Amino acid sequence: MIEALAFYIFSSIAVAAAFMVISARNPVHSVLFLILTFFNVAGMFVILGAEFLAMILVVVYVGAVAVLFMFVVMMLDINFVELRQGFLNYLPIGSLIGLVMLIELATLFGSWVVTPVIANRGLMPTPSPDITTNTHALGNIVYTHYVYLFQAAGMILLVAMIGAIVLTHRNRPGVKKQDIGRQLNRNPANSVEIRKVEIGKGI
Amino acid sequence: MPFENLPDLVPVLPEIFLALVIMSLLMFGVFQRGGRAETDVNTFRVISWMAVVTLIVTPLLVLSLAGSTLIGFGGLFISDPFSVFCKILVLIGSAGSLVMARNFLEEHDMARFEYPVLVVFATLGMLMMISANDLISLYMGLEMQSLSLYVIAAFRRDDTRSTEAGLKYFVLGAVASGMFLYGASLIYGFAGTTNFTILEQVLQRDTQDEYGQSLGIIFGIVFILSALAFKVSAVPFHMWTPDVYEGAPTPVTALFAIAPKIAALALFMRVMVGPFGDLISEWRQIIIFISVGSMLLGALAAINQRNIKRMMAYSSISHVGFALMGLAVGHDSGIRAILVYLTIYLFMNIGTFACILAMRRGGVMVEAIDELAGLGKTHPLMAAAMTVFMFSMAGIPPLAGFFGKLYIFLSVIQAELYLLAVIGVLTSVVGSFYYLRVIRLMYFEDPDEPLDRPVSREISLIATLAGLVTVLFFLYPDFLVLSAATASSALFLN
Repeated sequence: MIEALAFYIFSSIAVAAAFMVISARNPVHSVLFLILTFFNVAGMFVILGAEFLAMILVVVYVGAVAVLFMFVVMMLDINFVELRQGFLNYLPIGSLIGLVMLIELATLFGSWVVTPVIANRGLMPTPSPDITTNTHALGNIVYTHYVYLFQAAGMILLVAMIGAIVLTHRNRPGVKKQDIGRQLNRNPANSVEIRKVEIGKGI
Repeated sequence: MPFENLPDLVPVLPEIFLALVIMSLLMFGVFQRGGRAETDVNTFRVISWMAVVTLIVTPLLVLSLAGSTLIGFGGLFISDPFSVFCKILVLIGSAGSLVMARNFLEEHDMARFEYPVLVVFATLGMLMMISANDLISLYMGLEMQSLSLYVIAAFRRDDTRSTEAGLKYFVLGAVASGMFLYGASLIYGFAGTTNFTILEQVLQRDTQDEYGQSLGIIFGIVFILSALAFKVSAVPFHMWTPDVYEGAPTPVTALFAIAPKIAALALFMRVMVGPFGDLISEWRQIIIFISVGSMLLGALAAINQRNIKRMMAYSSISHVGFALMGLAVGHDSGIRAILVYLTIYLFMNIGTFACILAMRRGGVMVEAIDELAGLGKTHPLMAAAMTVFMFSMAGIPPLAGFFGKLYIFLSVIQAELYLLAVIGVLTSVVGSFYYLRVIRLMYFEDPDEPLDRPVSREISLIATLAGLVTVLFFLYPDFLVLSAATASSALFLN
């Protein structure tokens, strides 16, 4: 009973907030509504028993991604009203294409046949939550079964980092940089000078 | 620590070796005191040679795995004679293009040590693609390769054409990746697995006959096919090729034309005849269509080109068309023919690009085909090498290119795809027009102004080696044909 109630509260707020994300006039409000959506979806994950995903969603999406969006929105000053101007003109053709794709999807799912070979496999992979915790199961998949993919993903991120540096980093002369070694090497003898200033005169 | 849980790392040795080398080269380069032009060039030179040595040593590691089929990481990774064969081709291609690149990069102010590192990265991605035994590991390899290639396409970042090439390649490549993922998700949804071995069991003909074709699987295969066709630049998805080949720095174009093509075609073969092998009646027509389209477009569109890199782009499209003809055959002999074709393609292309890289006037690269006029008088040796490669690409016996085409046509005729063979022969005749035009220009036109001499040592070495392989192949074709046969039969073991 309480579970159903919580589900309806979370899901209705999530849908409403998601709608507000795309309809709010002020982009800052949009991002705030996006954060609200994330929180509610996290709540639904908790109901599903996926507590690890819920926490990750809050930490990563609310904590990092949404804040990043907020920075972008505030710093770039994009005029979203202008971007959205052609929206009504394209609505008929857009909805027509959407309808066609919907019909295609419907025919696709209409022909869905599950052979027993596949049905048996589908039941296999998820361990029951009574035996193991979420975090443990995910860790087992990522770091044991899929360690190859995990390492490969790491290498791909390294390529991305090298790429970004290669394509954008330039050696610009005349830029003042903090050189910690030099800072630490300074001593009073060569950086402070004591002078006697006569009264009534400058240096 | 439970050591018995350690995964079996032996099949992955070449990849681990490359990854470790990449990271140490990177560290070496980063901690070199940079800033001054000469030290930067020196670092680049050292790292470049170390990368070449690595790419030459890795085939030995790969060879140590030859002859057996090993599966690693719970089915994510496979090392079999097929992967060994293709990996060696890819490594030769990458090493060759890296050797040729050094001089060009130094002269055009691009001598930064990240270039060889990124090339080795791309090679690592290609090896992972070739050895993928699961849709996820396939995607990982594909992305690692593509991401490094996007960066090196735009490596000449102050040049608009190079950055345009990089951006174009990136955007279209991202679309192709999206298509691949969509197809893979459909396959996973309908088959319940992404592993090739299990997919093969699930999609066996008897289960298909019993329960009927699953539309979702076919849908997914078509999407995956489109994405792979993009990666090998086969016809409906070829639009990016001429622009990227023309815009990217020439050594990068040489790499693009050789290594990623071979890796992507190897992937194409493994995916199509492996997990989806029993659905051949569904995908054969698509392969025939893209093969015919690529051959026709490659032959016709290249005629009008003025830029030699653009011409090579269309030439590579038509070569992919020829190779895919062998895939349409779908069994052992077709795959063997593709492997022979790819090996010969590798040597012809390395040689041709070595000659293209030698086209310089006043220390600056020239790219128009007309610049080759009178080369026979000014650079007789280079002209002779170019002639060999052009004749070979056109498929004139007894050069290697003829044998590549011969095996493909033989297998296509054995499979009774006569119409496909006829179209192949006709487009091959049309295509020889533009190869022969290059030769006519070199020998029967007068030079305006001779190209630079002397040609750098590495480039002439590579052109000579590739030329010798191309000319002398007919003396001893057995070695290649036999090893290609071993490699291709590995795909059909079960």
